Amino acid sequence: MSNLLEVNQVSKNFGDYKALNNVSITVPKGSIFGLLGPNGAGKTTLIRIINQITMPDFGTVHLDGDLLNPSHIKDIGYLPEERGLYKSMKVGEQALYLAQLKGLSKAEAKQRLKYWFDRLEIGDWWNKKIQELSKGMAQKIQFVVTVLHNPKLLIFDEPFSGFDPINANLIKDEILRLRENGATVIFSTHRMESVEELCDDIALINKSNKLIEGKLIDIKRQYKTNTFEVGLESENQSVLKESLTEKFTISEANFKSLNDDLKLNIKLSENEKAQDLISFLNKQAYINHFVEVIPTASDIFIQTVQNN
Amino acid sequence: MNHLPLIIKREYLTKVRNKSFIIMTILSPIIMMVLAGVIAYLTNLNKDKVRTISILDESGLVQDVFKETKTTKYHKLNGITIDVAKETMKETSNYGLLHIPKNINVDSISKHIKFYSEESPSLTFINDLENKLNRKLTELKRRELKIDISKLEDSKVWVNIGQENFSGEESSKVDSVIKLIFGCAAGYLLFMFIIIYGNMIMRSVIEEKTSRIIEVIISSVKPVQLMLGKIIGTSLAGITQFVIWVILFGILTTVATAILGIDIMDVQTPQQQVLEQSVVNSGLNVEIQNILASFFNMPLLNVIVAFIFFFIGGYLLYSSLYAAIGAAVDNETDTQQFMLPILMPLILAVYIGIFTVIEDPHGTVSTVFSFIPFTSPVVMLMRIPFGVPIWQQLLSFVILIGTFMLTVWFAAKIYRVGILMYGKKPSYKEIIKWIKY
Repeated sequence: MSNLLEVNQVSKNFGDYKALNNVSITVPKGSIFGLLGPNGAGKTTLIRIINQITMPDFGTVHLDGDLLNPSHIKDIGYLPEERGLYKSMKVGEQALYLAQLKGLSKAEAKQRLKYWFDRLEIGDWWNKKIQELSKGMAQKIQFVVTVLHNPKLLIFDEPFSGFDPINANLIKDEILRLRENGATVIFSTHRMESVEELCDDIALINKSNKLIEGKLIDIKRQYKTNTFEVGLESENQSVLKESLTEKFTISEANFKSLNDDLKLNIKLSENEKAQDLISFLNKQAYINHFVEVIPTASDIFIQTVQNN
Repeated sequence: MNHLPLIIKREYLTKVRNKSFIIMTILSPIIMMVLAGVIAYLTNLNKDKVRTISILDESGLVQDVFKETKTTKYHKLNGITIDVAKETMKETSNYGLLHIPKNINVDSISKHIKFYSEESPSLTFINDLENKLNRKLTELKRRELKIDISKLEDSKVWVNIGQENFSGEESSKVDSVIKLIFGCAAGYLLFMFIIIYGNMIMRSVIEEKTSRIIEVIISSVKPVQLMLGKIIGTSLAGITQFVIWVILFGILTTVATAILGIDIMDVQTPQQQVLEQSVVNSGLNVEIQNILASFFNMPLLNVIVAFIFFFIGGYLLYSSLYAAIGAAVDNETDTQQFMLPILMPLILAVYIGIFTVIEDPHGTVSTVFSFIPFTSPVVMLMRIPFGVPIWQQLLSFVILIGTFMLTVWFAAKIYRVGILMYGKKPSYKEIIKWIKY
């Protein structure tokens, strides 16, 4: 079984409002899967369905080959976007309670908590109340509680919000380490740079429908526009620009350069090759910079959502 | 996985360990005792105050009626007119002036007696004067009419209707009073319990919403389980508090009585005194044995069993509604508009209990309301001491439990959707929509 999670044609209505319309996603085992979409697209509803908080109206969800059922609760760790802890309860007690709700025994939960608290250097917080901790500290506890029962599937909804850059990095490394140890991660965020950095696969949901899904690299290939970013050194830049405009679709580019170059994005038609462009340019000017424009996750996101 | 015990344990421990809960538990009986002590002290203080009353008896008939007591002294005026007497009153610090005019017969005297004072005299005081004068003037009137007083006394008959039901159990008027007290106490207790601990449940649901832990929790447990855990845990904490209150109150009463020599139970309000007087006047002699007998005259086993069942049933019914309200709103201030529909039937039940059940425990109104689930726990609890057929109790209880299950289903629906709704106050229309989700 190479897929940990399979969501098949799931629909969910809230009254007249369609929150999800025939959405299917497949999350490969051991991957970090980015679940993307604008606000109100239906991501949280989908995540809640996977967590069995809400039931789908139609469609099925399979986890590790089995139809989703209550015994799967212990296999999933969920860090919701709207998260918090009991403010007046002590850290240790609270963590033990939440771990026990996930089916761990008290002794086992205690042992694992000790390990995690040592690891994140928060051991001396055990007897503190959440209201005495800073937001970042509370987020650390929340993270520990999410991963404590070693779930097969981890679902993080905006995991880095509330962390300073140092702690965000720490958590990112922990997520990567958990993946190495066999966990699969679903990752919902609006921070595209972390999508670029972490995700192997993505799915994009907009207005209750899934628009794209697949390996991030495949999607990028699919979305590439045969555009090249060039920096050209020439004595007469305006003449050069004119001659290029006749032959190609060009636009201003913006990148850092040491020379006072003409910076352009040059879009080729489908059957033109990079070599053709290079040999053409070579005759006209010195080429200081030549790079294929790879669409970023952010570009893909904006383009897809706007076209929808 | 059954997490119910775990949830109950957490709810219970958090409630019981909560500082304000502990303080309330310990302080409440103390505050009540102190209050009672202060009232007792103040009442005694009042009793010790000596009042002097001027009496201008122009008829000369009632001179011997007024005998000095520790707290009341009488200053008898002679040979002056009422106007002069009133003038002299201004110079003294006497409490008031009682004027009995000169008249030919007792009838007209009785109509023209007047009490003059700076401030309105207390009810008990006037009552006391009236009683004294009544006795004396009645005696004079009888003499005037030449009635043989000893024969008159002999001719008095006290009717005491013995009550017995068809199965041969005897009861009396005292029984009714005891039953009434018992029923009202049970009804009130339930009423208080629902309001205090229902609110506590509501707040605990709101707390989970505002702290945003709710989504973490319900990814592990079913919302219904969480709701039931909350209700049961909070109720257990409530029972703990109640038991501690009763024990503390008992201890404190004993201690206070022993040390201070103030008998709290002896503190009487003027109303009680008036009531007692009228009871004594009508010739009903309340004796301790009588009361005890009446107590055991009640269908005790039935009362206790019914109390437990109706108490639990009624409490659960209402607390699930409180939980639903807590889930629907974001903060406590928004709960107001949803509280009214809950409080209305409760208050209605208490009033029906007090006014109708007393009048006629088995009348149509009492009977009907003891079947309607939202009023039945209170009304039925008040009716049962008067003897309600078992089939009625069972039917009422079955209706109650049926409604409870319906309410839990309904509350759970609201709860399930409501706990994940943040930031806006829902309308009734929206809540009804949630049920369909």
